[in-house]
Parts: sequence; structure tokens; C-alpha cells
Amino acid sequence: MGIRLNPKTTQKIAKAVIWSAAILVLFLLFSIIIYILSKGIPHITWQFLTQIPSDMGRSGGILSTIVGTLSVTLVAIIVATPLGVGTAFYLTEYTRESTITKIIRFSAESLAGIPSIVYGLFGFIFFVIYLKLGWSILSGGLTLAVMILPTIIRTSEEAIRTVPPMYREVSFSLGGTKWQTMIKVLIPSALPGIATGIILGIGRCVAETAAVILTAGSALQMPTSLFSPARTMAVHFYILASEGISLEKAFATSALLIILILLINIGANLLVNKFVAKGH
Amino acid sequence: MLQGLIHKMKRLGERFPQSLFFIMALSALSALALITIFIFIEGIPLIVKVGFFNFIFGMKWAPSLGQYGIFPMIVGTVLVTLGAIILGVPIALCCSIFLAEFAPRKLSNLVRPAIQLLAGIPSVVFGFWGLIFIVPAIRNYLGGPGLSILAGSIILAIMILPTVISISEVSLLALSPLLKEGAFALGATHWQTIRSVLLPAAKSGILASIILGIGRAVGETMAVIMVLGNAVALPSSILDPARTLTTNIGIEMGYASGDHQQALFATGIVLLVIIMLLNSIAQYAIRRK
Amino acid sequence: MIEQAKISIKNLNFYYNKNEVIKALSLEVKANEILSIFGPANSGTTTLLRTMNRMTDLISGARMEGEVFLDGKNIHSTDVNITELRRKVGMVFEIPTPLPMSIFDNIAYGPRLGGIKNKASLAEIVEQSLQMAVLWDEVKDRLHSSGMRLSGGQQQRLCIARILALHPEVILLDRPCSGLDPVSTSKIEESLRQLKEKFTIIIVPHNVQQAGRVADRVAFLLMGNLIEVGATAEVFENPKDKRTSDYITGRFG
Repeated sequence: MGIRLNPKTTQKIAKAVIWSAAILVLFLLFSIIIYILSKGIPHITWQFLTQIPSDMGRSGGILSTIVGTLSVTLVAIIVATPLGVGTAFYLTEYTRESTITKIIRFSAESLAGIPSIVYGLFGFIFFVIYLKLGWSILSGGLTLAVMILPTIIRTSEEAIRTVPPMYREVSFSLGGTKWQTMIKVLIPSALPGIATGIILGIGRCVAETAAVILTAGSALQMPTSLFSPARTMAVHFYILASEGISLEKAFATSALLIILILLINIGANLLVNKFVAKGH
Repeated sequence: MLQGLIHKMKRLGERFPQSLFFIMALSALSALALITIFIFIEGIPLIVKVGFFNFIFGMKWAPSLGQYGIFPMIVGTVLVTLGAIILGVPIALCCSIFLAEFAPRKLSNLVRPAIQLLAGIPSVVFGFWGLIFIVPAIRNYLGGPGLSILAGSIILAIMILPTVISISEVSLLALSPLLKEGAFALGATHWQTIRSVLLPAAKSGILASIILGIGRAVGETMAVIMVLGNAVALPSSILDPARTLTTNIGIEMGYASGDHQQALFATGIVLLVIIMLLNSIAQYAIRRK
Repeated sequence: MIEQAKISIKNLNFYYNKNEVIKALSLEVKANEILSIFGPANSGTTTLLRTMNRMTDLISGARMEGEVFLDGKNIHSTDVNITELRRKVGMVFEIPTPLPMSIFDNIAYGPRLGGIKNKASLAEIVEQSLQMAVLWDEVKDRLHSSGMRLSGGQQQRLCIARILALHPEVILLDRPCSGLDPVSTSKIEESLRQLKEKFTIIIVPHNVQQAGRVADRVAFLLMGNLIEVGATAEVFENPKDKRTSDYITGRFG
């Protein structure tokens, strides 16, 4: 029962289906990006970039949200990078998996899977309430730091593992200590890979909404210190869009976000290519 | 004597970075522990108060009446995720096969970053786009308010594409070229080889990618909030609006307090447990290679 | 007057996890000689070499019994500074591994680790080391280009220059010419003959013939046992043990 198709025909059909799937995905990607950019870029004016929002965001610009985004991202990167790279160094110092390394790796993998809203809950109850940091750039940044930690650990570890082990041997045989070897040989060699992880982390911070809204708040005023509440561009976009405040500003904000993400992705890809070109 | 002292300090100095890195490495573990502890501490009392079965299987979510049943949200999560998987996985698999087997090197070097870009787009942008295009389309062609489980599934399907594509592609590329050569030598066509040799061989990696995709779908909040509608009642069709576990938290956290807030944390506990289970299954699937 | 051996190994047993790879080995290395330790694969030649600068400390699961002395001092005693030891006893590995930096920085790496920062001193050290390694003429115009751009033979001489920059007393070489063409090999062997005036050299050759060409004395290791030790000509022409002659003549390999 059933039509027995000639294998050559199945091959043709399969190839057509597969190519269509790929084209569909690319089409979706481009249509989303082009739609947002085309609707939004016209509204990105100099005022938009340099004024703070007024009238709930109906008019004015988004300067305070730009500052908000940059600040929480900066806090997150400053906290997560040393911890992530340090963890990666610890994990790569051992040639054999011990219980500790397994536990640490399990923790990092688990952290990577936790939904962002749960991070928001955690950030709220731990940083905002328990540590009494309040809704602030600090709370938001620290929560984001935990979110991007697994990414930085993973990419840093991979980067260090691609450094030829012989470099370590050579450095030791020249009288280098573990610490000196790390600073003078391993870090420089692994730097492109580590930087890629950091850039991916930045991308994550810029795009994140759920965790940030519960920890940094949604205040529109220009933040004045790490303890000020702040609104990020992603949160601002969400509020503008879902509450129908201003379609124009919503498109403009999302267009700006997309442009940022594009730049971040291009940066990461250039680094990866440099990494590969080094002959690893 | 001084020499000995300097030498001893140098030795200690060498141990210092070692312990420093160890402490840094504990950060991931401590973070996980803290998250688990604090979410549980906030949520468990509510579950105890309301009763485990009432909480998980209760049909009514009405915080103003003190009712905290999350079953409709569980159903919402399951349906939306199921839809995302049904719609997204086949397309993702085709794309990963495309990248691994059909695309010429130059093309795949362009397509791969494009997929990564898709992964970087903020979820709120997906939600917004869905609100503008998908929701009206459903409302006009299929009926219902448009804000529906179907809309959520479509958006989530798009959002999990990068996850499933990249991990499946890696699994396919990791296969030994001898497998393909052997099949060709027996006269199989390219597709026959893919279907009967390569896909089964990459099975565990592909399965892991799907499970991680499920995890991503279950955990997504912002995009889903914008297109799912806000109905607290149990959905009866995919054209109905609904809530998921995540959107429940996302929508109400802004104004919840007291028991209500604790109930949202309790929902967070359920999410954590689901994700941990999914992760463990995925890890197991990967290790079985 | 009995001359003190430069390196003296007494009753060495070496274990990787449960495997005994070196058995009850005692050996003396004279100052300013070239000693070649040769033997078939897995005989413990590389391990033996590495015990002399405690590179074996870095291997997990490795265990050692017995003693190793440098200039009469036990290298495992608690007041020995390992980094100092590794500068005194330098090692050249089988695969030439320039560090990912310029030729100059490669050679300056060791001295900089030791605290030398003065540019003039470093430049002098780099030139001297490259001269001794017979590489100076070939690279003097491109000291700041990457060390990885050199040919295999040049890279290996770079590695030799690298350890010479630390003014070692002993140079250990583990199959240094194994991937190299005959011309590079003979250049390196020639430099070793010159270097032995200032240094003590211990080399594990990649084939027996190299031992014959380069060494003053040779030691034959088989499955972790030291079978025979003596002047090169004697061991090669009149070996005391049948196994030695079998190996040298190629009856087993």
C-alpha cells in the first residue's frame, strides 16, 4: 500500500523541501528586521537620541533608557567577566574531571536554562528586597550578571581549551609559574574567544526584558547613580508597545535595539573569524 | 633566612591564584543555590497553605478571592510549547540538514550568522511583530480574537529555531564522514543517506536540541505575553487566548503582594522544576552518545 | 679526586598510576658531556629526562621513589625553588613550539619571567642566545616577526635559544630533530657540539644513529631498566649486553 516513489524523485522532493525551509527561515528573519528598521529608522532623530522621555514616553526621546541599558550592561559585564573567566581557568587547570568540576559545570549548565522571568523573581527577592538594593541599576546589573555567567564560562573555557597544551609545558619548562603562564600566554591566546563570549553576553543584556523590569524598575527619569532605578530600551519598548502609548516611538526604539544587536553580532563574528584565522 | 622567607612567600603567592580561581568557580554553584533557595523560600509557604494538589490542579486562578490554582496555566504552557515544537522542529531540522549537507560553504557561512542573529533579536520584538502580523491573520482567517495559543506557538516556533538548528547541525557535522561514504558506496541517494544513516546516527544530539528548544519555549515570557491574550480560564482550543506559567508571573508581578506574590514565586518553583527535569534529560541524551 | 657528577640519579622507580615505567635506575651525568639516553618506545626515556627538571611534578598520577641530585643537591628537597631549577635545567621538546609571539619575545620570555626588564639587557641576551643556537644570522633582521613563521628547523633552534637565554647549566632535549629534515638536523647537532663546552647536554635521540653521531656517552634503556652505560664508541662497537647490540643493529625496534 502506498505509492512507491522513485528514489530520485524523493531526492528531488526532499531537496526542495529542505531548501524551502532554509529560505523560509531567512525570509522570516529579514522580514522582521526590515519591517522594524523601515518603520523605526525614520523616527530616530537626534532629539530622539538625546532627549529624555516625557509624557510617559509619548514625546521626547529615549536618552534615559539608553543610559539605563548601558549602565546595567556595564555592571553585568564587569561582574560576570572576571567570575566567568576565572571559573573557566579553574575548569581547564584539571586534565581529569573531578567531582568539583562536574558540580561546577552542572551548575553553569543549569543556570543557562533558567527562564528569564525566574531570574527576575530571584533578582527581585534577593537584590531588590533582601539585600535592600531597591529597584536599581545595581540590582538589574547583578541579576543580568548571573544570567550571562554561563555564556562567559562556556565560551572562555572553549577558548582556553583551544590553546595548545604545549604552550603551558613550554612556559613551565622556562620556569613560569601557573599564574605567569596564565597571564602571559593563555589569556592572550584565548582572548578572541573570551571577547566573543563577552560580546554575546552584552547582546543578551541589551535584549533582556523580563529580568530587568523586575529588578531595575521602569522609572523614566535619568538615573543618577548605581542605586537609581532605570528603564532599559527593551523595557521601554515593551511598555510603549503593549500599552499602546506611542507606536512611532515603539518602532524607533525597537529599530535602535535591532541596530545595536546587529552591530554586536557583526562584532562577535569578526572576532570569531580572527580567532579561526589564528590557526586554531 | 630571608631567602627562605621570600621563597615561602613565593610559594604562597603561587597558591593564591589557585584558591582565587576556585572561589570564582564557586560563583556558578552559589548563584544556582541562591536562586533555588530564595525562590523556594518565597514560594513553598503558599503551596503549603493552599495545598499542593489545589495549587497544581486547581482550575481557578483568582488572587482577589484567594484562589491559586495554576492548572489552566500549565495547560497553556503545554499547548503553546507543543505547538511550537510541532511547527518549529521540522523546519529547524530541515535547516540543520541544509547547513550540514546541502549548502555550499560560502552560503552556509552566511546563513549561520543569520541564524545567530535570529537568536539575538529581543523577545519583545518578536512579540511585537507577532502582534502586528500573526494575531490579525489568525483573527481574520481562522477566527477567534487572534490573541491565542496558536499565535504563541507560531512565535515560539520561530524563537526556538536557532537553538534546535545550531545543536542539530553540530551533531550532524560531528558524524564520521565514513558513514556517508559507506552509504554512497552502496548506491544510496543523498536524501536516502540522510534519512536512513545520518539522522539516526545524530539522533541523540538532535533529541538534545529539541529538549533544549522545549526548555526555551517553556521559559519564554515577553513574546508570549504580547500575543497570547490574558485569559485566566482553561483554554478549549488553540484559537483561545490563555496564560502560561511564565506569562502569569510576568503579567501580575508588577502589582502582586502578600499571598499573591508568593503564589507567583510558587509558579516560579514549578518552572524551575520543569526546567531542571528537561535539562537533566537533555544532558542524559547528550551523554548517551 | 673524584669529580662530582653534574646530575646523579639514585635508585629511581617511577610509576604512572600503577604502572612502573622506570625500575631501580641509577645513572650519573658528567659535567660538560653530551649523554644520550636511547631505547625503544615506552622504555621510559622521556620520563627519565623529565625527572631531571621535575616536569614530572605536573603529571597527575605520577609517583617517584629514589633521588635525583643536581650538583650534589637533592632537587626534591623542600627548599628547592622549582622555577630556579627549571631555569638551570632547560628542556627542548619534540615538537618545536614557539610561543605565539615574536622571535624576540619568545627568547625574552624566560628572562622577563625572571624579572629582567631592561631593554638593552634583553636585547643582548636575545642576540647571545640566538648566536649560540646558530640562528642569529638567519633571523637578525626580523626579530619582531612572529616565531611561528619560521621553518621547523629554525623553530627548534629558536626553542634552544629560548632556554639558552636563561643561562642554564644543563640542557635536556627530547627527540629534538624528530620532524626535521637532515640539513636542519645536522645544524642542530653541530650547535650541540659547540654548546657542550659551556653546558651539560642530555639528549633522547629519535634514532640510534643520532646517538652515535652526537654523544660522548650513551645509556641504553629498555622497558624502564638501564641496561648499559658507557662511552659511545665502546657501547656501539663492544656492547656488554646482547640486548644492546640487538637494538643497535636493529634486530628489534
